[in-house]
Amino acid sequence: MNRITERLKKNSKLLSIYFTAGYPNIDDTVTILESLQENGVDMVEIGLPFSDPLADGPTIQASGTQALKNGMTTALLFEQLKDIRKTVSIPLIIMGYFNPVLQYGVENFCKKCQEIGIDGFILPDLPLAEYQEHYQATFEKYGLINVFLITPQTSDARIRQIDNASSGFIYMVSSASVTGAQSGFGNVQTDYFARVKNMKLNNPQIVGFGISNSETFEAATTYANGAIIGSAFIKMLTKKGVEGIGEFVSSIR
Amino acid sequence: MNYNVDEKGYYGEFGGAYIPEMLYPNVEELRQQYIAVMSSPEFQEEFQSLLREYVGRPTPLYFAKRMSEKYGAKIYLKREDLCHTGAHKVNNTIGQILMAQRLGKKRIIAETGAGQHGVATATVCALMGLECIVYMGEIDIARQAPNVARMKMLGATVVPALSGSRTLKDATNEAIRDWINNPTDTHYIIGSVVGPHPYPDMVARFQSVISEEIKAQLQEKEGRSNPDFVVACVGGGSNAAGAYYHYLDQPEVGIIAVEAAGKGIHSGASAATSALGKMGIIHGSKTLLMQTDDGQITEPYSISAGLDYPGVGPMHAHLFTSGRGEFISVTDDDAMNAGLALSKLEGIIPAIESSHALAIFETRKFKKDDVVVVNLSGRGDKDLNTYIEYFKL
Repeated sequence: MNRITERLKKNSKLLSIYFTAGYPNIDDTVTILESLQENGVDMVEIGLPFSDPLADGPTIQASGTQALKNGMTTALLFEQLKDIRKTVSIPLIIMGYFNPVLQYGVENFCKKCQEIGIDGFILPDLPLAEYQEHYQATFEKYGLINVFLITPQTSDARIRQIDNASSGFIYMVSSASVTGAQSGFGNVQTDYFARVKNMKLNNPQIVGFGISNSETFEAATTYANGAIIGSAFIKMLTKKGVEGIGEFVSSIR
Repeated sequence: MNYNVDEKGYYGEFGGAYIPEMLYPNVEELRQQYIAVMSSPEFQEEFQSLLREYVGRPTPLYFAKRMSEKYGAKIYLKREDLCHTGAHKVNNTIGQILMAQRLGKKRIIAETGAGQHGVATATVCALMGLECIVYMGEIDIARQAPNVARMKMLGATVVPALSGSRTLKDATNEAIRDWINNPTDTHYIIGSVVGPHPYPDMVARFQSVISEEIKAQLQEKEGRSNPDFVVACVGGGSNAAGAYYHYLDQPEVGIIAVEAAGKGIHSGASAATSALGKMGIIHGSKTLLMQTDDGQITEPYSISAGLDYPGVGPMHAHLFTSGRGEFISVTDDDAMNAGLALSKLEGIIPAIESSHALAIFETRKFKKDDVVVVNLSGRGDKDLNTYIEYFKL
């Protein structure tokens, strides 16, 4: 059993944090990961920065732009992570856009991730059909989970289809929006969370987009198995740097 | 070999729909419906009527006598510059606004670089009384002030794209983000044969009226519907897709695509994607694009804002790699001189985009009786400031 599934069995309200590799400083990657684990975070999404992140709002865009300016590359990230499993044991996911993976070479990318001990990927612009036809076999060969997104607009039939193609968990995008776009949940969200919960899917669900504090974390995890915080964490890093991590995590859960 | 799109949305190995799940319902709805909607008699009747009465089609296929004498070939110009709003872009926006109405959409978004597609979109939104939001890079807003004013007069809201390099690529990102944020009532009118399937095919079909007319007009003038060559400039590639469309599977018709070399292909300031690009993913499509070894999309450069795009449509990527198309790149200087030459020889001031296509005659030689059709995609009014500065007029 992989680390993600194991962790989800243990913890009913999983807290996951997204950060952009290379931000605020080029060498913060390992420090951030160790600090997140130390402060009790259950899982981390390591953002591989991209020049054209079309599903992201201004906060994550700006962090990616800065990270690229700082000199972050795929090869450098792998170099920074090479000994990460000596100190960090929580599940680690790489989140990014598909083009940098394609240029690195899908097979090489997967191989490297397996060597490092990465558990899976979230690649929002790699759609289900393309994944299944071209890449699933390679991802699986290296024991990597691919996480798919669903949104309030996703039909029940498609949710079932995605559930059947998933392992690990399903990423529930809380609302029709790019990252960091809203604050608080309304009826649309809670109806959607309840609808998906009632579908009794095979895979656990983790909510992302729009989780920024303990209130939204609680609301999301009332229905789902966990929640992911991205933009709010990046904003905190911008203001306080890595020293602010402990305080931030304890304010959520 | 097939040069048109296959049922999965690919041209050879290029195309597809690499979109986040948030866009899936909209793109899937469009994919399922576009062929049926476009081929309904009621849609065709309204589309054809608007092309005729509003756009001013058919546009002339003009025999450029003095230019032909100068270069030693039978050169015809397809006068898309005479379309309402000044370029071929309106063929597509008319088609897509009718599509948006059939899909029940109330709000229209678009991206624009130089502003031609933005103006063409604002125009059809005014015509149909629909809300229109145009994303435009902050830098382009500053350098294309007349087109910004035109869009505002037409009732559109122009939103500056402040991310990245603040030009066309970023305006497209912002439009896509808007569509993610407004998933039910909004249609995104993409201006070129780029983006996720079915956009490249849908836009090519709307632009295919160009080659449909060339065939009939050439039959009348030359007694044959196929030229020896059809020439068009390629940024994203919509005017080219329209000019090639009905000739793709006619091997006797040579297809010539002209890209912007900017200050020179290897100068670091170029938009010659076929020469500099590698396969990758941009704006939802797998195609050739200019990028770093690390897969970060790089900034193109051309004096012509309409060719200033780091990718090409997947159809063109396939024409290039399959060898069906002959790709030529033309520098800023050669394009500007070709624009001036056409003005003096034929009394037609072309858009700088189209000037790139005209520039090939200086180096690419044809036989005396070769029939060469050049798609004159737009008029030069919008570029007067650039011409004035360049030639110190």
